[in-house]
Amino acid sequence: MGSEVLFIAKITITSSMAVLYATIGEIFTERSGVLNLGVEGMMLMGALTGFAASHSFNSLWLGVMAAILVGGIFAMIHGFFSITLRVNQVVSGLALTLSCIGLSDFLGRPLIGKISLKFEPFNLFFLHRIPIIGDIFFTHNALVYPAYLLVPIAYVFLYRTRYGLELRAIGENPSAGDTVGINVLKLRYLYTFIGGAMAGLGGAYLSLAYTPGWKEQMTGGQGWIAIALVIFAMWDPIRAVVGALLFGFINAFQFYCQAAGLDIIPSYILRMLPYLFTIVVLLIITKWEAAKKRVGAPAALVIPFEREK
Amino acid sequence: MRIVLKKRLTPLPLSRHLIIPAAILVAAILGIFLFLWVEVNPFHAYIEIFKGAFGSPYNFSEVLVRATPLILCGLSVMVAGKMLIWNIGAEGQLVMGGVAGAGVALFLSPHMPAHMVIPAMILAGFLGGSIWGLIPGFLKARFGVNEIITSLMLNYVAIFWLEHLYFGPWRDPAGRGFPGTAILPDLSWFPRFFGTRVHLGLIIGLAAALLIWLVLDYTRWGYEIRVAGANIKAAQYARMNITRNILWIMVISGGLAGLAGICETAGIHYRLQKGLAVGNGYVGIIIAWLGRLRPGSIVLISILLGGLMVGGDQVQINIHVPSAISLALEGAILFCVLGGQVFQDYSLHIRFGER
Repeated sequence: MGSEVLFIAKITITSSMAVLYATIGEIFTERSGVLNLGVEGMMLMGALTGFAASHSFNSLWLGVMAAILVGGIFAMIHGFFSITLRVNQVVSGLALTLSCIGLSDFLGRPLIGKISLKFEPFNLFFLHRIPIIGDIFFTHNALVYPAYLLVPIAYVFLYRTRYGLELRAIGENPSAGDTVGINVLKLRYLYTFIGGAMAGLGGAYLSLAYTPGWKEQMTGGQGWIAIALVIFAMWDPIRAVVGALLFGFINAFQFYCQAAGLDIIPSYILRMLPYLFTIVVLLIITKWEAAKKRVGAPAALVIPFEREK
Repeated sequence: MRIVLKKRLTPLPLSRHLIIPAAILVAAILGIFLFLWVEVNPFHAYIEIFKGAFGSPYNFSEVLVRATPLILCGLSVMVAGKMLIWNIGAEGQLVMGGVAGAGVALFLSPHMPAHMVIPAMILAGFLGGSIWGLIPGFLKARFGVNEIITSLMLNYVAIFWLEHLYFGPWRDPAGRGFPGTAILPDLSWFPRFFGTRVHLGLIIGLAAALLIWLVLDYTRWGYEIRVAGANIKAAQYARMNITRNILWIMVISGGLAGLAGICETAGIHYRLQKGLAVGNGYVGIIIAWLGRLRPGSIVLISILLGGLMVGGDQVQINIHVPSAISLALEGAILFCVLGGQVFQDYSLHIRFGER
């Protein structure tokens, strides 16, 4: 029994990392007032780039860095269209995702089935010796551990620094921010880039650590789940962790049932679970927020900024 | 350096007609880099795409075949878009339409008069898609849940359901393990025309486009939909029933995508198999926005992109370039059109130095 709980707990962690990175990134983007529905596409480009770059440079970390960069660059396409050209952000984001699905499939064809380097799990210092907790949290691959630092940093940055205050300001009331001398457009570009970079990192996690290798549309909707988790998290990094872990748990449960040969739940239902779970979670959070008469979204989300003359 | 948009005093002359050709040109130029990247002569590739799509009457008939589900999916996304509902779930609705229609053909057709089979399948296809569209519609109308995400999540659910059916209970017992249902009885096959694969689905698609244009532009209900899309507050103020209209619009939107599913199943594949969910629902999003939510334009754009896709398949066969090039180019065209629409009304100024 104990070993089974441990198995599920460990897989919960590894399954939640890609969405966690993408969700935190999108929280930053949306907090600045830009909705980027391109997450799925940017993750795919990150997964492809990470795999291809680590393959050709024979270096995992170069692969990760390339994925982060490419994710960010593709986010800048959305940035240019939604921030400078002020087109509809929903259409622009969808266009980005669809373009990236096509592009990654096109460019990635020769890489299908290729075997590359991958991040192997290792024990972190002596921390894995802590009973239970050590085993659950500190026996993973090198792309998991940065998340442990990232979440508190994101939290402190957002709520305890001047930069975080500026970020929240331009998402709530860009005109007021502009009046006090914040360069709204520049910051929106910056946080759109960060969101894309994190989505790219999430993608690289998939292709270099979680399910090593490249396959077309290998993200399987995790980018969209990240967007749902942003709403679930009410644009808060700590709650994003809760959402990502819930998602990871559903996946781990699915693995467990398959590994243990449990056929109480048919496998097709198991495969549907993460997606059904996302819908249910979204429903609950929407109802809950409506009951509390609270709107969690940044007030200026989706609204382009234009200085009044 | 700063980039500033300035409103033009008058829109660019002729721009309304030039946007799409210009966008295609720019996308084609971007495509040149893609072909060079995979070390293929881009001009050779473009000639192959064009020949593949428009090189002979038969090739063009294949374009119409390819355009059939695109028209219906484009209309599906467009109808919802008129009310500013983002139906990203046409793919799943298409699948459920195909499943429902194929179910009728496989299990009910022996028990009904022969001439009723195809109408019953079309109805089932519409209803299958409607029900799948109603789920995000209901969640949106009743609880305000973001329909972009719910409709998209249901795509995956629908595809897993489809796979479960043709790998499991609906698998062809005589298929020696082939992942698919048995071939549908031939009285359920859609009639084909002129010795090509162009089938009844094209007529359904064109009729749907005409009907939607008439309903949206010339009926009171269509007016309500357009008002709700343009200004939701005005619609509420005029006591229009938004909740009910969202439900109806998703019934129609899902139903249209469902029709695409049954048209593909009964017009082309004659069975449920892997080839049903090939991304038509997603291309429908591109088509709806390229067609600026106008049914007539959607038909034209569908044929255009259908040509690109048939041509894309051709280059895959002839010069071994992945056919995914078509989706990449379609995305690029959409970006270019989005940009083009801005330059119609604004001009771009690049300034150096501060402020």
